[in-house]
Amino acid sequence: MENSLLVFLERSAEKFPEKTAYADVNHGYTYREMRAAGRSIGTALSNGLGAVKAPVAVYLEKSADCVAAYYGVLYSGCFYCPIDGEMPLERIRLILQVLQPRAIVTSPGLLENAKSVADGAEVLLFEDLLGTEPDVAALEEIQRHVTENDPAYVLFTSGSTGIPKGVLLPHRVLIQYLHWLEERFDLGPEDVFGNQAPLYFDISTHDIYGAAYFGARMEIIPPHLFSFPVKLVEYLNERHVTTFLWVPSAMSIVSRLRTFRAAKPEFLRVILFAGEVLPRKQLDYWVEHLPEAVYGNLYGPTETFVCTAYVRDGSEPADEPLPIGTAVGNSEALVITEDGREAAPGETGELCLRGSCLALGYYNDPKRTGDAFVQNPLHDRYPDRIYRTGDLVYTDENGQLIYVSRRDFQIKRMGYRIELGEIETAANALDGVEECACVFQPKRERLILYFEGSAEENDLRAQLERRLPNYMLPDRLVKLPALPRNANGKTDRQELLKL
Amino acid sequence: MDQLLEILQDIRPDAEFAGQEHLVTDGILKSFDMMMLIGEIADEFDVEIPVEKVVPENFESVERIWALIESLR
Repeated sequence: MENSLLVFLERSAEKFPEKTAYADVNHGYTYREMRAAGRSIGTALSNGLGAVKAPVAVYLEKSADCVAAYYGVLYSGCFYCPIDGEMPLERIRLILQVLQPRAIVTSPGLLENAKSVADGAEVLLFEDLLGTEPDVAALEEIQRHVTENDPAYVLFTSGSTGIPKGVLLPHRVLIQYLHWLEERFDLGPEDVFGNQAPLYFDISTHDIYGAAYFGARMEIIPPHLFSFPVKLVEYLNERHVTTFLWVPSAMSIVSRLRTFRAAKPEFLRVILFAGEVLPRKQLDYWVEHLPEAVYGNLYGPTETFVCTAYVRDGSEPADEPLPIGTAVGNSEALVITEDGREAAPGETGELCLRGSCLALGYYNDPKRTGDAFVQNPLHDRYPDRIYRTGDLVYTDENGQLIYVSRRDFQIKRMGYRIELGEIETAANALDGVEECACVFQPKRERLILYFEGSAEENDLRAQLERRLPNYMLPDRLVKLPALPRNANGKTDRQELLKL
Repeated sequence: MDQLLEILQDIRPDAEFAGQEHLVTDGILKSFDMMMLIGEIADEFDVEIPVEKVVPENFESVERIWALIESLR
């Protein structure tokens, strides 16, 4: 049984020492080099900080060096918080106020920024840490005391109050996920993981630790290529990328511009997506051009990482997004109704998770932890923590979970309860709609559907009238050249509400 | 070209576009801005940019984007 994510790096460094493990556009680390870098950084941090289980911020430009720094923090027995070099300084300040890091690992180019927000934390240069002679015996002693329930990293997500929430994840969340990934998909040492997600976004942990788990390689794709689909596909081919886990909008850029007539991925065979609903038209384009590939729809908030999944088998009804499937690994998915009972098949309720996938909570925030991680209402005789996702789902006749919408997107209008996701599903199925998002302005009680595609507003309204009851028809249909996206590539609904 | 400049300014109100030669290389145009820009160009100038032309060198400056639009009209 593995106690730490370092086990996978150690194992692959023994088996494949000279194989490239992590690469960006400029530089690569073999498994031997990555382990050596991690050990050096771990020794330096351990000697300098003299603390274990303390937070260390890693503030670097996105690169393979980031991965070395993360491993270094884990070797030291501390846990890391990834902070992107391009993140606005004010947001970093808010994050560090919550995190109270013991140290900040950074680069010469970001040193002044790091010092300006350090607030007592030690600021250390990545290059300086790399030069430290590793003390392997001391690091092994630290690792002997690490358990799978110890924190590995903290990822910040936006909080509704404006104060970011730091989700504290223990080693076990990824360990159980990686074992499930191996059982579910045909992945191995020959694979190359094409990383799209920013490294502070939880999806990237699939790439970082998935590569080490399988003895495979992680390629960090230059972010600007996600603007240039032909170049992106050429890069996938040049780097022999065989698998990825991307947000749907990254896949949509490729399909919307009909990229495969100009360039086609040659090695891609396991295609995974998560973070949002992938509109069916976009998925169908990929399937049409890469019919042999396996397609997996993964679901999970940062608080549980990937906790349910569905693998396409071709029998799914047309025009509907794929199900989010069933619970992964040692996790259980419960659908709980508003009055606290288990939903019957077909009945909508809130998706709640229990088991090994659960985060430890929000770092330094017991109040919000208590609100989101609650006692299982189905068992009141013993402690049993569940995470309330805030997502509404139901179970279909095949036992698969179907995503309906966010609980926050469930609105009351004219006395009817409306799921905004249902309106989006109806619109996405129509000709001339590539992607859409529906928002509700509560003050004016107006339902607005923003869409991308060739359809005209009047024609779309006529089509929607044939599919939706009156009370669900949007007050306004607004065609946009493209839906606004946040840094993670998800639809920016706050931005839509401002339009 | 003023119309194009307005579109770019709408997409990234915080950025300075005039005189820039490296909009892509310097990260002024971000990953997810491109779909917005291509869509706006299609609406405003009635020009569909084929995917083969959606390459960094065609988007590094306002002048180059304008030249691309002109070549497709």
